Amino acid sequence: MTAPQSPDSNPRRAFIAAAGAGVAGLGFTAIAPGLHLMAVGEANAATDARKAGTAASSKVRWGLLIDAGKCVPGCTKCIDACHTENGVTEKLPDPRQNSQWIRKIELVERRTGHVTQLPMMCQHCANPPCVDVCPTGASMKRADGIVLVDRHTCIGCRYCMMACPYKARSFVHTPLHEQNPEVPRGQGCVEACTLCVHRVDKGQQPACVESCPEGAMMFGDLNDPASPIAKRIASVPTTQVRADLRLDPGVRYQGI
Amino acid sequence: MFTPNPRHEEGLFYLLAAIGGLVSAVGVAAALYMEHFGHVVTGMNNQIVWGLPHVFAIFLIVAASGVLNVASMGSVFGRVLYKPRAPLSGLLGLAMMSGGLAVIMLDLGRADRAMVAATHVNLTSVFGWNMILYPVFYAFVAVYLWTMMERRMNPYSKVAGLATFIWRVVLTSGTGSIFAFLVARQAYGSALLAPMFIIMSFSWGLAVFIVVQATMYAWNGMSLPPLILKRLKNLLATFVAAVLYLTAVLHLVNAYFAKNIAFEFFILFDSEFAGAFWIGQVLIGSLLPLALLFHPATRTKALWVNIAALLVIIGAYFQLHVFIVGGQAFPLDIFPGYEVKSSFFDGAVDHYSASLPEILLAFGGLGIAFTMTTIGVRVLHFLPQDDLADLEAAGSITD
Repeated sequence: MTAPQSPDSNPRRAFIAAAGAGVAGLGFTAIAPGLHLMAVGEANAATDARKAGTAASSKVRWGLLIDAGKCVPGCTKCIDACHTENGVTEKLPDPRQNSQWIRKIELVERRTGHVTQLPMMCQHCANPPCVDVCPTGASMKRADGIVLVDRHTCIGCRYCMMACPYKARSFVHTPLHEQNPEVPRGQGCVEACTLCVHRVDKGQQPACVESCPEGAMMFGDLNDPASPIAKRIASVPTTQVRADLRLDPGVRYQGI
Repeated sequence: MFTPNPRHEEGLFYLLAAIGGLVSAVGVAAALYMEHFGHVVTGMNNQIVWGLPHVFAIFLIVAASGVLNVASMGSVFGRVLYKPRAPLSGLLGLAMMSGGLAVIMLDLGRADRAMVAATHVNLTSVFGWNMILYPVFYAFVAVYLWTMMERRMNPYSKVAGLATFIWRVVLTSGTGSIFAFLVARQAYGSALLAPMFIIMSFSWGLAVFIVVQATMYAWNGMSLPPLILKRLKNLLATFVAAVLYLTAVLHLVNAYFAKNIAFEFFILFDSEFAGAFWIGQVLIGSLLPLALLFHPATRTKALWVNIAALLVIIGAYFQLHVFIVGGQAFPLDIFPGYEVKSSFFDGAVDHYSASLPEILLAFGGLGIAFTMTTIGVRVLHFLPQDDLADLEAAGSITD
């Protein structure tokens, strides 16, 4: 479903991606097809860890399905869980300068006044504008569809923030302390939801999904027709936010 | 006009160079302060990610390209009148490009990673293209200046001038494309922006050239030949009118689409940017200069032409403020048809006011351009010297 457009096809970037996210190069696919299929089979299980040294596979497309109908007004459990998991704790005097990897948006339909709540984060597009515009290639899409920022090559130009239609990215405006070792962040760099890539690689669910008491969020492999998320998307009407832009986001919504 | 006493002239030069150097140094210090404490000390945030430093930097970069127009008119299009002005135009191009790039680079969240920017180029990024376009610009202009200044290289100056002309057209297209390639925001994402930035560069670059040239002539107690003044002011008026025309087209097309009406209403009538647009960009930056450049009482007076050029420069800053800051202040339309609100200020109009470090950094860029120009014209003797007999022979002053 998703064309492998990731910068991983460039060996240099593949190296950086490997250093940043603990994955190996794409050449793996060509030289060890048998092992590759095995890795895909494991990844499709969604709950199994990806073995160290195996590449993220483009056969997998990680994604979310969010049921806005189940999202409770006033509940911020997904936000709290995300920011605790990823160490996003700084509180600046100007709240507009705080990082927000995930936020709750309240939608009011203009004609009817109908109110909907939903969590919004990086939509992990198949065709991410942030990756296109990044001058250094620090914004990248992993083979399995997770859009990330390489902390070592982000120069903090914020062009990706200009390009993102979802306002999903934040710029770190202040020095940081006491970070989660698994989630490196850095002053002067741009960041966003990583889909809890460090958890996903261990076979766990993203923190927001796990924390939702209503079960409004579902995580899984969109490419695997047998996965619960793919089955649900095949059976209920879902929405891609700003579908008109043809970015093919990996996050879908139900009930809006 | 002010003419310094020759005895004090040298002292005044050192004073100007010192002031320029001080402003530049303060700008760099402000950048180090931002680097140390983070962008929390600026007025920029997660919605308005580019602010005053970018307004100043983009002005300098766009005008740097445009100021080379004067040289191109001489070398590429064979206009005798502009040939003596080519070296000054090249110097101004290098000086302003340096000031603009310094501000852009020093504002980066990780300014210390300039080498990363230079060694990791993503060719799908317009910014990535600029990493190539800007440094090569220096090389082209440097070679071009060399062919003009070194007598033995003179025969190559036309080729070097043509190459520089083509390169700077591509470069300014690249600057406009930074915004043209943005799909997310309603203020941008128009192919018109690439050619529009080229015309803007012609207008702003020529305005800067006229002001600098006038200052140099005054310094040396000279006055510009009236017919040269007439040519320059007619050219400036043409460019100012062209920018105004393209601005009108951009807004009219945008306003024609229902999805963009709210943004156009915001930027043109219902925001802090409306005044900057109508009074700053349209009145001060366009209509007033056009009136001064065409009115019989002012169009032949060097003073009024220089004032018109200054107004064009001031208008350019208003234009970039409205375009860059205003374009980001309007909220993203993530859910068309819905009113939205969130803790991240979705759906809310943002307000931006530059902090002192940003202002100092922005002016630091001007300081760098000013200092390089002041020292350059002093050391290199780039004062345009017109040979009126040559001009007459070439038919350049018979109209």
